[in-house]
Amino acid sequence: MAKARPLGVVPLGDSAAYVEFSSTLDLEVNSVIQRLALAILKRNVPWVRDVVPALGGVALHFDPDNPEFPGNPLEAALELVTDSLKAALEAKAEPGREVELPVCYESEFALDLAEVAKKAGLAPAEVIERHAAGEYRVLMMGFAPGHAYMGGLDEKLAVPRRASPRAIVPAGSVAIANEQTVVYPYAISGGWNVIGRTPMVLFDAARQRPSLLWPGDRVRFRAISREKYIEMASGQ
Amino acid sequence: MSIRVLRPGLLTTLQDHGRHGFQRVGLCPGGAMDKVSLALANALVGNPPDEAALEITVIGPEIEFQEDTLVAVCGAEFESAFPHNRPVLARKGTRFNVGRAKRGARAYIAVAGGFAIEPVLGSRSTYLPGHFGGFGGRALKHGDVLALRDASAHERFKSLKKAKDGTVRWSAPPLTLPDREPILVHVIEGQHFASFDSTSQRGFFDTVWRVAPDSNRMGFRLSGPPLGRPQADEILSGPTCLGSVQVPPSGVPIALMADHQTTGGYPRIAEIVSADVARLAQLAPGGKVHFAKCSLEMAGELRRDARERLQSALRGIEWEYGKKTK
Repeated sequence: MAKARPLGVVPLGDSAAYVEFSSTLDLEVNSVIQRLALAILKRNVPWVRDVVPALGGVALHFDPDNPEFPGNPLEAALELVTDSLKAALEAKAEPGREVELPVCYESEFALDLAEVAKKAGLAPAEVIERHAAGEYRVLMMGFAPGHAYMGGLDEKLAVPRRASPRAIVPAGSVAIANEQTVVYPYAISGGWNVIGRTPMVLFDAARQRPSLLWPGDRVRFRAISREKYIEMASGQ
Repeated sequence: MSIRVLRPGLLTTLQDHGRHGFQRVGLCPGGAMDKVSLALANALVGNPPDEAALEITVIGPEIEFQEDTLVAVCGAEFESAFPHNRPVLARKGTRFNVGRAKRGARAYIAVAGGFAIEPVLGSRSTYLPGHFGGFGGRALKHGDVLALRDASAHERFKSLKKAKDGTVRWSAPPLTLPDREPILVHVIEGQHFASFDSTSQRGFFDTVWRVAPDSNRMGFRLSGPPLGRPQADEILSGPTCLGSVQVPPSGVPIALMADHQTTGGYPRIAEIVSADVARLAQLAPGGKVHFAKCSLEMAGELRRDARERLQSALRGIEWEYGKKTK
C-alpha cells in the first residue's frame, strides 16, 4: 500500500486544504481516496464542513469560526487523513452504490457519435456497444451540481475533447473524453463528445438525496430506444 | 406582511450564509458575496446574522412595503433617499427607491423577522446556475411579492435606544467598503504558483488588476497582462475553493466567488485569504485590485482580526437594542 500515502498537502485559502496522493489519474489510488473520504465523513468532526474526494486526492473544507477548529488547516487536514487512513483501508464494504443509467444512443441525441467513431476508427454501433458494456466508477464530482467524472471508459474510445466547446449541451447528455465519461446534469456549456442522452434527472435540489450519483458509485449504462426515452422523460 | 417589487434592479437575489456539505456532489456553498455586510444588515433589524436578505447589485431595486416594516440596508453606498447602515421603520406604502452604487457594488436589504421562504438543502440562498433556492431559484422581477415573517416591527423599533422619527442617530461602520482603489487583497501562493514563469509570478503581484465586465457571482475575471507557464501541460482536475485564483490557457486570471465551481482543471496561482473575500466582492466591474503575498499564519491572523471587528460592530448594535452584551 505504498500508494496510500499522501504526496503532500496544500492550502486552499486559509480554511481548506487539499491532501494530494497522486498528480496523475490512478484508479487504484482513487479507490483509496473514496474510502478515505467516507472514513473522514463518518467521524462527524464538527468543524469539517465538506469532504471532497477528487481524482488524485481529498479536499477538506473547514469552519474556521468553530471554537474547536485547531487553527492550521494543513496540520488539521493531514492529521484527519492520517488518523482515518487505516480505517479506510481496512473497511471491507466497497464505497458507493450500484447505479444503472438508461441511455438513448440514437442519432438525434448522439451529437458527436459520427465524429467519435471516425477518430476512434470504429463503426458508430461499436462505439455504442463498447460504451454500454463498460463498468464505471464515479471518481470525482464537480463542474456543476450532480456532474460526475466517471472512470473505466474502454481505451479504444479515449478521444480528446471537442476543439471548441458547445455553448449549450442539453441536460442529460452522456459524453466522453480522454478516459472518462460524464452526464451533463442540466443545459450548460461543455466540450465533451456527446454520444447519447439519459431521461434521468441527475440533480434535483427538492429530493432528499439531491444527486443521483455520488462519489464512489459504480455506474452502468443501459441502451434504451427513443420511445422508451420519451416515455421515461415525460414520467420524470 | 410582504414587500412588492416595483423595479428589480440589475441583480437582486435572496442570500444567506449558504449551504454546506454538498461540495462532494459538485454544489458550492454559495450565499451572500459579502457575508460581513449581510451580518450587519441583519443585526440592524434585530435578526440573527445568517438570516436571508436581499443582495442588491450595482443598480438597486424599487420596493414597496405593504405593512409597517423595520428594514436596514448595509454594504455598498447606493444613491437613495433612504438612510444606509441603520434601522429604519418604513411605514405601510413607503416606496424604497435605490439607484446606482456610488461606492462598492453590493448591499443587503434585511427586514425584521426575515423573508418567509422555505430553505432548500438547508439554506435560503438563491443558486442561479441551478435555478433553485431563494425566491423561485431566480433573481427578483417586476411585480414579485415577497412574504415576510411577522416580527412586530414597532416593538423592535421601540426597544432601540434613541429611536426617533423612524430611525436612529447612529450607524453601523462600513467594514468592507474600499476607501480608495486599488484595494489590497492578501493571497497565499496557490498549488501551481511555481509552475508559472518568473515574469508572471512577479506580474501577478506587480499588476493593478481590473475586474472585467463579464464577472459575476461565479467568478471575477481580472484584466491585466496575460499570465503564462513555460510548460503549458494539463494539470489533473482538482478541488477549488472560494477565493481560488485560476488561470485558464488564455492567461486571464479568474478569482472564484460565491457561486464557484467546486473543481477545476486550470492551474491555481493564488488563494485569496478568507478575510479579504468580502472586500473583493465590493468591487464593481472596472474596480481595481492588487495582490499582496502573505503566509498561512498571517491569513489566520487577518481572519481573526476581521472576525473581531465584525463581532465588535455586532455587539455595538446589540447594545443599542438594549441587549446585554458578553
